[in-house]
Amino acid sequence: MTTAIAVPTTSVGPVKALAHGMVLAGRNLRKTLKSPEQLLDVTIMPLIMLLMFVYLFGGAIGGGDRDAYLQMLLPGMMAQTILFATLGTGVGLCTDITKGVFDRFRSMPIARSAPLFGAVLGDVIRYVASSSILLVFGLILGFDITTDPASAVLAVAMTVAFGLCLCWISAWVGMLVKSPQAVPGVMVAFIMPLGFASNVFVQTNTLPDWLKAFADIQPVSLLAEVNRGLLTGGPVGGPLLGTLAWMAGFVAVFYPLAMVTYRRRMR
Amino acid sequence: MSNAIEAEGLVKRYGETTALDGVDLTVPAGKILGVLGPNGAGKTTAVRILATLLRPDAGTARVGGYDVLRDPVAVRGLIGLTGQYASVDEDLSGRDNLVLIGRLLDMSKADARTRGAELLARFDLSEAADRPVKTYSGGMRRRLDLAASLVGRPRVLYLDEPTTGLDPHSRNEVWDIVRRLADEGVTVLLTTQYLEEADQLADRITVFDHGRVVADGTPGELKRKISGQTLQVRPTNRDDIEIVAKILLDLTGAQPSRDVDSGVLNTPVDDTMLVSAVIKRLDEAGVGVDELGLRLASLDEVFLAITGSKEGARA
Repeated sequence: MTTAIAVPTTSVGPVKALAHGMVLAGRNLRKTLKSPEQLLDVTIMPLIMLLMFVYLFGGAIGGGDRDAYLQMLLPGMMAQTILFATLGTGVGLCTDITKGVFDRFRSMPIARSAPLFGAVLGDVIRYVASSSILLVFGLILGFDITTDPASAVLAVAMTVAFGLCLCWISAWVGMLVKSPQAVPGVMVAFIMPLGFASNVFVQTNTLPDWLKAFADIQPVSLLAEVNRGLLTGGPVGGPLLGTLAWMAGFVAVFYPLAMVTYRRRMR
Repeated sequence: MSNAIEAEGLVKRYGETTALDGVDLTVPAGKILGVLGPNGAGKTTAVRILATLLRPDAGTARVGGYDVLRDPVAVRGLIGLTGQYASVDEDLSGRDNLVLIGRLLDMSKADARTRGAELLARFDLSEAADRPVKTYSGGMRRRLDLAASLVGRPRVLYLDEPTTGLDPHSRNEVWDIVRRLADEGVTVLLTTQYLEEADQLADRITVFDHGRVVADGTPGELKRKISGQTLQVRPTNRDDIEIVAKILLDLTGAQPSRDVDSGVLNTPVDDTMLVSAVIKRLDEAGVGVDELGLRLASLDEVFLAITGSKEGARA
């Protein structure tokens, strides 16, 4: 076999960078497919939460009407679940760094941002799996999609896109902390308030004013509203704009932060 | 002959600690340089700088003619890295790891698979090719690490402690691979804590201690430079040992060391002509010897002499 001797290049163009990012995303996909147990954290946990809230607290919160509560809860839980699923991105990145996998990549002539992008894109399958499984399980429990299948698909897509934007926070944290085990500890400070101080589990008019003010405008609540509109009917436009604004904001702030921290850590 | 690696005055500090304190390194193309030193001597830091993974605080380094700071991408196109820090993905199979690296080096899917299979066969990993790397033994794992660094046919290879923690059999396998690569014209920079390894593989050895180069030369030069040679005498009759010791003391001016069990006397000598004088005196004294000879100091003795005396000077 003859091979042309590679001519050294001095920079990596954007097209190649994208190609490298896709190859690395493929690596994460392959890992998930080869050991599907990696998906347990984003599937079983949300299912248990769903069961708990419907049958344990649902009667109390929903005033005895569990079915109506499920109709309100499930679209919101999709938003809350994706928030938790972003945790994995930071853990994965931090693991790659501490195990030296990133050093291998960085000693190769590929774009510096490719490993980071690859990791984020590679998590798409986790997000899709977690949202779809939750939705299907909800249907089994008696959730009723009152709109149409296309809207339901749109709700899943919107949720996944939301996860892809929010996961830059997790990526940033993954770059900051020394060990992968520390990622969830840091992320909890951000995930718990967003996940629970929201309209996912309760009507916000039951909250004290200051908390209601926060819960009404924060991204998880807004996405929950979008999903409710898409799955069970109702206005979508207003919450959608708000959600998109949050998504753009998260990328605008945390993507550069993650990048800078990544570059600094790799000195 | 041109140099594949040239580094001058490399300095790297981490807060208060100075990992590298002005290190110069030169490796001619196609040669093996052994960087020898204890843990924390700065070997890995030097490799990371030369592999563009770390920026030096001062100094310059060129690999294949490209500056590591100004043309890092060009440098990365020339090098392969194996070591404590550059690793493969343990969740993927050996084959998937190699194909992944091939794809990142812009090979087509088919080419990446071919190259991967080639390397798996060459490193005797074909049978385990589709098992996750976490199930590999230490030796297999190290061979895969090596294979991973060779996917792009690098002209310069960094091996950071490639045999640390391996059993003697696996270590010999890695040594054979390194020798074959050198035969193919690959320039190798090898760090190691094992003197024997440097002695076996390297054309030249640079000894690091506390972030500085404390000695440099061919293995033979180092042995001569540091301790000169050792004269070894074993009298036939153990009772003569004191007479022999007296003779050696007279001629060298130093008290010889004794190995009581074997009845051997050792003394360092600078002048090999001394040997005939020793023989003459032994003859006059009527002392018979079973063994009398000169040998080069072992690299272990050299290493201890260099790093030990440095330690003493600092204290």
